[in-house]
Amino acid sequence: MTAPKTLYDKIWDAHVAHEGDDGTCLLYIDRHLVHEVTSPQAFEGLRLAGRKVRAPEKTIAVPDHNVPTTLDRVSGVIANEESRIQVEALDKNAKDFGVHYYPVSDVRQGIVHIVGPEQGWTLPGMTVVCGDSHTATHGAFGALAHGIGTSEVEHVLATQTLIQRKGKNMKVEITGKLKPGVTAKDITLAVIGETGTGGGTGYVIEYCGEAIRDLSMEGRMTVCNMAIEGGARAGLIAPDETTFAYVKGRPHAPKGAQYEAALAWWKTLYTDEGAHFDKVVTLKGEDIQPVVTWGTSPEDVLPISAVVPAPESFEGGKVEAVKRAIAYMGLEVGQKLTDIKIDTVFIGSCTNGRIEDLRAAAAILKGKKVKDGMRAMVVPGSGLVRAQAEEEGLAQIFTDAGFEWRLAGCSMCLAMNPDQLAEGERCASTSNRNFEGRQGYKGRTHLVSPAMAAAAALTGHLTDVREMM
Amino acid sequence: MEKFQKITGVAAPMPLVNIDTDMIIPKVFLKTIKRSGLGANLFDEMRFDRQGNEIPDFVLNKPQYRDAEILVAGDNFGCGSSREHAPWAIRDFGIKCVISTSFADIFFNNCFKNGILPIVMPQEVVDTLMADAEKGSNARMTINLEAQEVTTSDGQVFEFEVDPFRKHCLLEGLDDIGLTLAHEASIDMFEEAAAQSRPWV
Ligand code: SF4
Repeated sequence: MTAPKTLYDKIWDAHVAHEGDDGTCLLYIDRHLVHEVTSPQAFEGLRLAGRKVRAPEKTIAVPDHNVPTTLDRVSGVIANEESRIQVEALDKNAKDFGVHYYPVSDVRQGIVHIVGPEQGWTLPGMTVVCGDSHTATHGAFGALAHGIGTSEVEHVLATQTLIQRKGKNMKVEITGKLKPGVTAKDITLAVIGETGTGGGTGYVIEYCGEAIRDLSMEGRMTVCNMAIEGGARAGLIAPDETTFAYVKGRPHAPKGAQYEAALAWWKTLYTDEGAHFDKVVTLKGEDIQPVVTWGTSPEDVLPISAVVPAPESFEGGKVEAVKRAIAYMGLEVGQKLTDIKIDTVFIGSCTNGRIEDLRAAAAILKGKKVKDGMRAMVVPGSGLVRAQAEEEGLAQIFTDAGFEWRLAGCSMCLAMNPDQLAEGERCASTSNRNFEGRQGYKGRTHLVSPAMAAAAALTGHLTDVREMM
Repeated sequence: MEKFQKITGVAAPMPLVNIDTDMIIPKVFLKTIKRSGLGANLFDEMRFDRQGNEIPDFVLNKPQYRDAEILVAGDNFGCGSSREHAPWAIRDFGIKCVISTSFADIFFNNCFKNGILPIVMPQEVVDTLMADAEKGSNARMTINLEAQEVTTSDGQVFEFEVDPFRKHCLLEGLDDIGLTLAHEASIDMFEEAAAQSRPWV
């Protein structure tokens, strides 16, 4: 009998194209997602070496990081010279090398990690890479997915493989049921709060347990998206009926007999009884509360009912880091998190820019108005999410409440396009990184779930969404 | 990467020491989305005046050195930032080999990744090669990587050292991608098997 395997072991083993004497492997890549920021020099490298994209049919490109999200982008050119050049370069590279492409003008355009699953490019058991650390998102399908650098992008374009060594197995189990008002975002933040940002380094995480099983695909993507903030290059969730139902009928998902064959294999993708994990973390679903980040690291997480912690309550180098974070964030030790005033609310990003996220926020906002003076913005993760939200009447709820209703892109998740925080501005954001300057020079970010972001928009301060339900 | 075998070509003399990466390719050219085309701006501030006109005295502007494939340079060549744009610019201009008494570490490594052979020689050899380079376009120097020899236009031969693995990669034109492509048969086989077992991919 073969030794029991984890889900990660199974996907890994199914993709090793070559193994060197020293254990270095060539891992075959099933899907390569490409965006405009990390790909230009990679394509250029191919040109210089006279190489082609080995598998253009497995390569999917979409501009997202740099694109403006204002409604006038359809007519206008991108004002920022460098951004424009990068987007134009992707237009040209996609055409020259014959890869699948969703240009800015295409309704299917959006954040690469939202477009991939939406179009059925991401399927269970696949290896997926992208020159972007949040590629972990695709792990929600039981795909081995992680971010790579530009030289690796070129390597995958040319060879459809990646030079890799196998990581270790880590299990994160969320038992039981979530309480009302607690979402996938709270799970993933709570896990990082527990393990720290380095807790997953060197590991591939498999998320499991009843609370994970109960999540929709959207929620699972939110959880896996932030595996990287916990240090893990990839996060995985075993595919099940929820996964199969989501995948079925997507434009690039298999059809007919092929679907049946695929399904048969997908059903074998789970961790065998007795398989070995190098590290295990368990949280009780019912213990998880709506959380927010107060500092400048995703591990600076606390339940919304808590207060800003004292630096002395930490150990080692973290004491200094916390002092710096509190100063940067303009907070007082002991201040109630619910007393923190907010200027801006951003709902979007590859963490929380899917339809379910917009529904959760709209449910809180329905029939209400954002606090006076608040800048509030919803940026759907893709053109199709946007269209669906309009059809469901969500867009109307947002605009009635005083939110800006934008076009798809990374937007205020990172300060690379016009959507940025001004110096000192404080934002309740559904994105994934609260680093110094991430959303704009000296901007201050509190990471929250979409429902919590909506609640903060209504009150003008961080708010426990459970009081509004 | 193109295979580096034997080159016989014009060597341009740049006796200046501490030629840094900012001289090789100034910061303003780093915003590019490309790594090709940088040759046009190689040594930009030394090569062109503020109006963009060529400075006739600069070595690579002189008719006899415009097609140089070898650079003989002063000590500590390539110091400064880690920008890979520096070797990209050098290679794009057409220079495949740089000879000096010493190189900055990162630049030295970056050269091999980009098909450029950096050769370290003792001072007196560099002096001899510099004098040879100054003879202009009729004096052609030969770099034989296989034999690890530099031959001057008048037939003097000097041996040089090179790391065996890097030599192998340069000779075969192998970068990381090249090395992987050496296993192309395995990739082909994998792909064929996967097309059977997982045809939907
Ligand atoms: S939304 Fe943010 S995290 Fe996601 S791909 Fe864009 S920039 Fe990266």
